Amino acid sequence: MTKAALLVLADGRFPAGGHAHSGGAEAAVRAGRITGAADLADFCRGRLHTAGLVAAALAGAAALGCDPVELDAAADARTPSPALRLAARKLGRQLVRAARATWPTPELDALARGFPKGAHQPVVLGLTARAAGLGPEEAAYCAAYESVSGPATATVRLLSLDPFDATAVLARLAPELDQVVERAVAAARRAALDGPGALPACSAPLLEIAAEAHAAWPVRLFAS
Amino acid sequence: MTTTATTATTATTTATTATTATTTVTTAATATTVATGAARRTAAVPVAPPTTAAGVRATARIVARDDGRGGTCLPVLAGEGPLAPRRTRGGAAEARVLLVGAMSGPLGGDRLTVDARAEAGARLRIGSAAATIALPGQVPAPARYDVRLTVADGGELRWLPEQLISARGSDLHVATHADLAPTARLVLREEQVLGRAGELPGRLTSRLTVRIGGRAVLDQELSCGPGAPGGWDGPAVLAGHRAVGQLVLVRPEFAHTPVTSRLLGEAAALVPLAGPAALVSAVAPDALRLRRLLDAALGELEAALGGPPEELR
Repeated sequence: MTKAALLVLADGRFPAGGHAHSGGAEAAVRAGRITGAADLADFCRGRLHTAGLVAAALAGAAALGCDPVELDAAADARTPSPALRLAARKLGRQLVRAARATWPTPELDALARGFPKGAHQPVVLGLTARAAGLGPEEAAYCAAYESVSGPATATVRLLSLDPFDATAVLARLAPELDQVVERAVAAARRAALDGPGALPACSAPLLEIAAEAHAAWPVRLFAS
Repeated sequence: MTTTATTATTATTTATTATTATTTVTTAATATTVATGAARRTAAVPVAPPTTAAGVRATARIVARDDGRGGTCLPVLAGEGPLAPRRTRGGAAEARVLLVGAMSGPLGGDRLTVDARAEAGARLRIGSAAATIALPGQVPAPARYDVRLTVADGGELRWLPEQLISARGSDLHVATHADLAPTARLVLREEQVLGRAGELPGRLTSRLTVRIGGRAVLDQELSCGPGAPGGWDGPAVLAGHRAVGQLVLVRPEFAHTPVTSRLLGEAAALVPLAGPAALVSAVAPDALRLRRLLDAALGELEAALGGPPEELR
């Protein structure tokens, strides 16, 4: 295992299409729920402890070698919004393409074959981390960080927010990211023994509801 | 169980603490007021529940069976402690049960369980006489409320309790598990209200899992109140809304004709789940507006499906 692989995978420039998604920030900005750095911090914190924790646990479980088909079904059950399920699968499909070119393994080939329309992105992320020689903790860090870095970057574009302020929001969330990763990895280890029912299912009602509204907009800057 | 619902709805207790004096619940259609009281409670129905130092342990069991004559009978209808299930007049094919709160609670340290099963072809509807109010107890321990719903092939369960209100200082963990056979039907509504009128909420964690044929189609947990992971009241999760609810419909026909996603106002959406089920997810400023929204959605959905006539709802 090389730790540098984590930097490659977590790099915002890793060509997996994440930049096209705002993680719900675009809808929240339009609804007037994010108007500045303080709201962004609150938004990111809420997303981290709900969708972020679930994604981190799924990624961790996939990195541990849990059955990706079962994990994908668990992700479906934890994502009631069909718009978000579709977005997660599109991102998963893009990531599997990048991952197979970067760290080719038979597991990633099988995943691509088994899910022609894409598996949920966190599941693919976990298998990608595994292919890169990383463990569940690194996979969970990637997923948890993505859950907040996406909205932060998007808000810079949506609100012309000062990028320094957005980065400061992310930096201040670091201790909570550590906690979420710790919880996620513990849950992933339980899921490896007891099945995906042991994975967290934390939900954010407004993220789910707003995603459906956002998907129906005729013009939007971000895909989700 | 021969007691009728009318004689058993006197579930009141005396408020004895200064912190939670009697606050009338002004939410939704809850005609019955469940009085408050953190320190002492009295049971209206003289069934001594097994108590521990930590709180009350009580289970209600309900089994509905097709009686072979087009109706549904209830071979098991048993409660204890705060949980008193009563059979009420139902429709022609449907058995109706009302859960009556015989004591206040759940209080801190209590462990309450409702286990309801509709067997093959049986039709069961369960409601509650009043909102459930989570209150702080004498012991500073969290309370647990487990609801296990099982529906066999061809059976139908309508789980339509009144709201769950998280009062200030309470700490409750609710887990609702619905396990359905492939051709079972389910209507499930759950509503959480964060605090009584003008009150700060307690700590509430509520997980809802729906399985069809052993496969989870919905698994959601909401954590809110003091001590919940950060951001719960922020722009991603509740954004100041004080009522949150879910309505789940499971119908075998959704496998080939799922519902179409649509918004129901500004803060609610109807969505097809990844399985033969539909979900209405909603947040609202208060319990009354939440109930109106969920009722309207259920009425529309069932009318579109050729569901039960008005008097069965």
